[in-house]
Amino acid sequence: MRRNQVAVVGAAETTELGVIPNTSQLQLHADAALNAIADAGLKLSDIDGFATAVETPQQVCHYLGIKPTWVDGTSVGGCSFMLHVRHAAAAIEAGLCKTVLITHAESGKSMIGKLPRSIPADSLQGQFEAPYGVYGPPSMFPIPVLRFMKTYGITHEQIASVAVAQREWAAKNPRAMMKDPITVADVLNSRMIAYPFRLLQCCLVTDGGGALILTSADRAKDFPQKPVYILGTGESVETPMVSQMETFNSSRAFKVAGPLAFEEAGIAHKDVDHLMIYDAFAHLPLFGLGDLGFMPHEETGKFIADGNTRPGGKLPLNTNGGGLSYMHSGMYGMYALQESVRQMRGIAPAQVPGARISVCHGVGGMFAASGTIIFTNER
Amino acid sequence: MPEPMRARPKPTPETQHFWDGAKAGELRLQRCDACAHVYFPPRPFCPSCASRKVSAFRASGKGFLYSYVINHRPAASGFTPPYAIAVVELDEGPRMMSNIIDCPQTPEALELDMKLEVAFEKLDDKITLPVFRPAKG
Repeated sequence: MRRNQVAVVGAAETTELGVIPNTSQLQLHADAALNAIADAGLKLSDIDGFATAVETPQQVCHYLGIKPTWVDGTSVGGCSFMLHVRHAAAAIEAGLCKTVLITHAESGKSMIGKLPRSIPADSLQGQFEAPYGVYGPPSMFPIPVLRFMKTYGITHEQIASVAVAQREWAAKNPRAMMKDPITVADVLNSRMIAYPFRLLQCCLVTDGGGALILTSADRAKDFPQKPVYILGTGESVETPMVSQMETFNSSRAFKVAGPLAFEEAGIAHKDVDHLMIYDAFAHLPLFGLGDLGFMPHEETGKFIADGNTRPGGKLPLNTNGGGLSYMHSGMYGMYALQESVRQMRGIAPAQVPGARISVCHGVGGMFAASGTIIFTNER
Repeated sequence: MPEPMRARPKPTPETQHFWDGAKAGELRLQRCDACAHVYFPPRPFCPSCASRKVSAFRASGKGFLYSYVINHRPAASGFTPPYAIAVVELDEGPRMMSNIIDCPQTPEALELDMKLEVAFEKLDDKITLPVFRPAKG
């Protein structure tokens, strides 16, 4: 894809984030969409392309009254929205539509109007994983961690420091769910969930949503907000079964999507001013830093423990507080994208001064899928 | 009140031979007749070279502990926490999820790379589940 041909011209989260017991999942989609439409200075009738995940495009389009000529229902987990951005940019460039709305919402905590996730007994997961006692992401996502730690000499304290650094960012963010400072000892003494991970190394469970609006870069200059351009993109999938990953020393999906985005963007790692790595659990930033090529995996734990990703550090990472401290409704990729857009607009609560390039990397399922979007505010 | 059951696998035509094997006390893998690639989970073609000529065979049942978690909460139906959810690397190459029996469910007892051997746990008349225990000797 060509660089900087498509821009984000509207971006918003739901009016509330956190615990929203008075709103259904579908209405959260609408709330985020209406906020993004207002942000872009558009009308719903201006939208001719639509993408969402889990909920179907027809469900949300009908509810909103949108008549699209292009839809994308790619649903590969929490990074689906990174893939939507990539697909939407291609669709806009190909002339299939002009103005794309991407929505995410999940009533992850209050469970209003949300179908329960279930594993059919005759699926491969149902036959070859479910009988061994997996129960939701906390029992599955950390399964690679002990092997990763042994291979690279990563310590429990280093992984705990991920949560500590991100809590420092969250403290600067009025909309973050968890803002009280924590220490490595607090993390390592919090309630055990699935050894080696404890409560403070697992993401929050909340309600919320977000929406993005994309159009061609040529049109973007006529919109009220500062355009945020799509500089590079990448995507991939590996396996829905964590036990069947090629290796626990890295994520194949990360290693495909990330470098693809860097290559397309034509940038080097030293050019990156701001970084988001979807942190459903505390090990993901370590996998991400290594798999995206920022440094060898061996150095990732020390890099974070030494404070390089915290406020004032040389590589600001997960500056909204991340899934560990900001919010996590179930599919956090949309919130990572929102934070990258805020940083590129220069309006983030914990703004990185002068940031020009933001890398936003997402995971879907338990390393099942991946999407990377690189944004810039310079064309 | 009946005891809560652990999730029961439901075989498909493509996986039936695996479950038949487990019932007979065999851990069955598949090998490609064309390229000799050994793979899991079951499917009637080779995921490496796409040949449809593949054969099931009885695996050694030996492997080592590749990684694991010890799940505390929330617990799956039929399990009493804490219990380990492990991934075993088989001597033939493929990995599979499993549980480790005859071993304390502690980080001290569950050492990465420890040698394991297959055992079989009968769930009902249709399904016997392969699990692993520390290898003897």
